[in-house]
Amino acid sequence: MSNVPSDLKYIASHEWVREEDDGTVTIGITDHAQELLGDVVYVELPELESEVAVDDEIAVVESVKAASDIFAPISGTIIAVNEALEDAPETVNSSAYDDGWMFKMKPAELAELDNLLDSEAYLAEINE
Amino acid sequence: MGKKTPFYDCHLRAGGKIVDFGGWDMPLNYGSQIEEHHTVRQDAGMFDVSHMTIVEVTGAEAKAYLQCLLANDVDKLKTKGKALYSGMLNQDGGVIDDLIVYYLSDNHYRVVVNASTREKDLDWMALQARPFQVAVAENNDYAMIAVQGPNAIAKANQAMSEAQQSAVEGLGVFSAVDCEQFFIARTGYTGEDGYEIMLPSTQAEPFWNSLLEAGVIPCGLGARDTLRLEAGMNLYGNDMDETVSPLEANMGWTIAWEPQDRAFIGRQALTTEKESGVTSKLVGLVLQGKGVIRAHMKVVVEGVGEGETTSGTMSPTLKQSIGLARVPKATGDSVMLEIRGKLVPARVVKPCFVRKGEALV
Repeated sequence: MSNVPSDLKYIASHEWVREEDDGTVTIGITDHAQELLGDVVYVELPELESEVAVDDEIAVVESVKAASDIFAPISGTIIAVNEALEDAPETVNSSAYDDGWMFKMKPAELAELDNLLDSEAYLAEINE
Repeated sequence: MGKKTPFYDCHLRAGGKIVDFGGWDMPLNYGSQIEEHHTVRQDAGMFDVSHMTIVEVTGAEAKAYLQCLLANDVDKLKTKGKALYSGMLNQDGGVIDDLIVYYLSDNHYRVVVNASTREKDLDWMALQARPFQVAVAENNDYAMIAVQGPNAIAKANQAMSEAQQSAVEGLGVFSAVDCEQFFIARTGYTGEDGYEIMLPSTQAEPFWNSLLEAGVIPCGLGARDTLRLEAGMNLYGNDMDETVSPLEANMGWTIAWEPQDRAFIGRQALTTEKESGVTSKLVGLVLQGKGVIRAHMKVVVEGVGEGETTSGTMSPTLKQSIGLARVPKATGDSVMLEIRGKLVPARVVKPCFVRKGEALV
């Protein structure tokens, strides 16, 4: 059974979103996603300072099996990327919700956060 | 629901993640594919390869038949149990399959072909057998397990009977021995030492358990693929198929041109191809930039032309991405790979990246 923390938001393509106290958001892929992918061997992170729109393909996670795109869950600016993943991509497997975070964004429109799934809705999505 | 090998319950007990592989329910991994890979490079791992097809070729003209059927020459096989790698070609010189043939006697050879090509191989072999006094029959009595790694032989021997242990003593590379219903071959698909063992299906589970007790770790299809790619071994359907000649698939060494009067299937086409000049070759690539090589990426060779990758992965041993690619014959020592719209440089190397745990590139 996959771990789906209730304090996070999600999108159906298996990214999680954490709203931080300072108004920024942190994004990674879910435990379910890392399980489906298998051992992660490479992460291509988005460009710092870049402006992205919701649903843009902005990063790539490659596992032993295949490459899969990471989508921007909301519109905004990329304000940080987890460079530690370049040397230790396996962190995405071992710590999907903590050390395995991928990038941080400054949201363009806070209202977009309301479109994200809560943990129950995401669980329903992956159990279909 | 796919076909199940005699080891199926063993996979479930070991926590294998089961996937469909050419109609078979096979383990992809038992947790971490990369750990399984390292186990085979450093210690000993075991792979269920029972899905592969065993074909017995028997009869007075068994040898003559195989000399016609295969690009390599079974006349090289003089001692019982000796093995030979060969392509089985069509009239156009395309590779129908790659296989291993074992010599058992002048009127009995054992052939192991790929699982994914079983039906077309059996059809082709039966068709070509017509003019010969020979019987070609699939053997379904065996389970098959590969035990591979620097400690594979020592550990696998612990799982064998005393008689089997003495039978394998001094067993040469690419040779097999028959003992107490086990057909034990010193062959493999990982670039490490080890065995591929055929055994009665009824003994599959107890033997698996003995191997576990001896400290051999179960490994899945995922690790099998990264290991064979590091070893620079072709995967049928990826790196070559019926549209590709062995000369373009790094299999030139498997063609026995002598004696010149041996009329094997595909010989004429290969001769013509050689005379007019082989246009492409299969090379190894080591990615110099970031990313992962995958099959079917475009290869740009400046001033020469274009090619395509046929296999690719992140090499767990080298911690760099490696791959195989079919490129124009004139390709030099560097190319560019198109990875998601960007050109990334790659070094061209001999397609053998890792052997016996050692990096070669």
